[in-house]
Amino acid sequence: MSAGDAPPRFVLASAESEFYWRSGADGLLRIQRCGDCGRWIHPPGPVCPFCHSRRIGPEPVSGTGTVASFTINRKEWIPGFAPPYVFAFVELDEDPSVRIGTNIVGCAMEDVEIGMRVEVLFEESGKWHVPLFQPVGTEDS
Amino acid sequence: MTEPSERRAVISGVAQSDIGRRLYRSGIDLTVEAALRAIDDAGLTAADIDGVSTYPGFGGSFGGAMGAELHEALRLSLNWRNAGVETSGPLGAVHNAVLAVAAGLARHVLVFRTVTEGSGGPLRPGGGRGGGGGGGATGSAGPFQFMIPYGAASAACWVACYARRHMHDYGTTRTQLGAIAVNGRANAASNPKAIYTDPMTIDDYLAVRMISDPLCLYDCDVPCDGSTAVVVSHRDHAPDAPAGAVGINAMGTAIRGRPSWDQFDDLTSMMMRHTAAAMWERTELIVDDVDSAQLYDGFSWLTMAWIEAMGFCGKGESGAFVEGGANIAPDGPVPLNTSGGQLSAGRLHGFGHLHEAVMQLRGTADIQVPDCEVAAVGAGGGPETGCLLLTRGPS
Repeated sequence: MSAGDAPPRFVLASAESEFYWRSGADGLLRIQRCGDCGRWIHPPGPVCPFCHSRRIGPEPVSGTGTVASFTINRKEWIPGFAPPYVFAFVELDEDPSVRIGTNIVGCAMEDVEIGMRVEVLFEESGKWHVPLFQPVGTEDS
Repeated sequence: MTEPSERRAVISGVAQSDIGRRLYRSGIDLTVEAALRAIDDAGLTAADIDGVSTYPGFGGSFGGAMGAELHEALRLSLNWRNAGVETSGPLGAVHNAVLAVAAGLARHVLVFRTVTEGSGGPLRPGGGRGGGGGGGATGSAGPFQFMIPYGAASAACWVACYARRHMHDYGTTRTQLGAIAVNGRANAASNPKAIYTDPMTIDDYLAVRMISDPLCLYDCDVPCDGSTAVVVSHRDHAPDAPAGAVGINAMGTAIRGRPSWDQFDDLTSMMMRHTAAAMWERTELIVDDVDSAQLYDGFSWLTMAWIEAMGFCGKGESGAFVEGGANIAPDGPVPLNTSGGQLSAGRLHGFGHLHEAVMQLRGTADIQVPDCEVAAVGAGGGPETGCLLLTRGPS
């Protein structure tokens, strides 16, 4: 999945999640955080699910995390989204309970493993910046 | 323990329509066929039916029919009708019918689940919900918005991540996972309505193409067309049910974790962990009492999760438990999916499992477990799970 053949992303943001899909414009991943109890919230919602505070908002994170699990998908589910590709759940360093669905790029699919350290990068897709992950230390292509 | 309200109800009738890979018949046509057979099986006429319940009803996945369509087709006179996806998985339609009967809102509820996925094509892009588990093919501002942009438009991709983590944490192997599929195929050979009946070995399983690694083709159930109907009646009707009434001993409806395919707290179990635990809290029966296990196999790994959730083995031990198939064979300690399950008999969305449990308790199954008195049925995956503990005769 190189920049030249980006698949159709079909991002449909909600009012709560729009920041997430726009965040990468400045190269930073943002996750919703509670201004009162400090907990991270994902997917973003209308209220802090832990203390029910309404003082919530996007906050930049390191963009690094760990592969919690993944699949090498080999069937085409969406026309134009050509297999094979890796779909993964990444748990963020700031809070492993923040689990992000993503594609792992920048390495051979066979090299992806549970526990692998990864970092965010972004793929432009219309007005959105879709967060993808690659092995930590992958050199920009 | 105060007697759980579900014991006021029984399953008095059950039936299926024709079932096939591509029947090209409408959902309501199949539904009427199953419904009329089930009503007859219960010793009733359509005039006796005063409730209708279905999953998912309007706007649901895998095709099907609406409760209102059956209401109209048979010109029923109803005191209660129910449908919807926001319930305890597909068996939620049964749970709600049982509650309506227990509450006195209705006396005989026709419950059905109809699928027309074999010929209906809900997986078309933009064709609405599909792909299992309610994922849309190409768009959703709901929770699936975090998976569809990454090509994970099918539950196969999500379940594959759970299966892989289970393998990573507990040493589960593909050979072990394959035992679910091989067992189902062996049993399907005796089911005249099953879709796939050709013999399958574990070597066949290991050689088939991958769908969403580590899930291969034979880990994924087969879309089909068909309808299953059951009649849920007040237990007073049990002596008049000609084929024999099946008791509702306990229901599992709990959704105590996050209602999410991707944000559940544990990537090696799913909501059935809570759902089954809640069922056991409502009964004096124990897991060793279960003579027949009909556990959802929309994907083989979901059955592994149900086996652990029900307590047939410990957490993480399902791989060793099913390996080789002896423990889950019809003559084993936990006869599993004795009509073939969804992997081979077709994706009847949990209602094939329910149908088979009733057959086992009546003693009329194609592969009959001797002296079957208690059956456990678990259906669904991800956050949409529900279960039933059924007995021969009223509980």
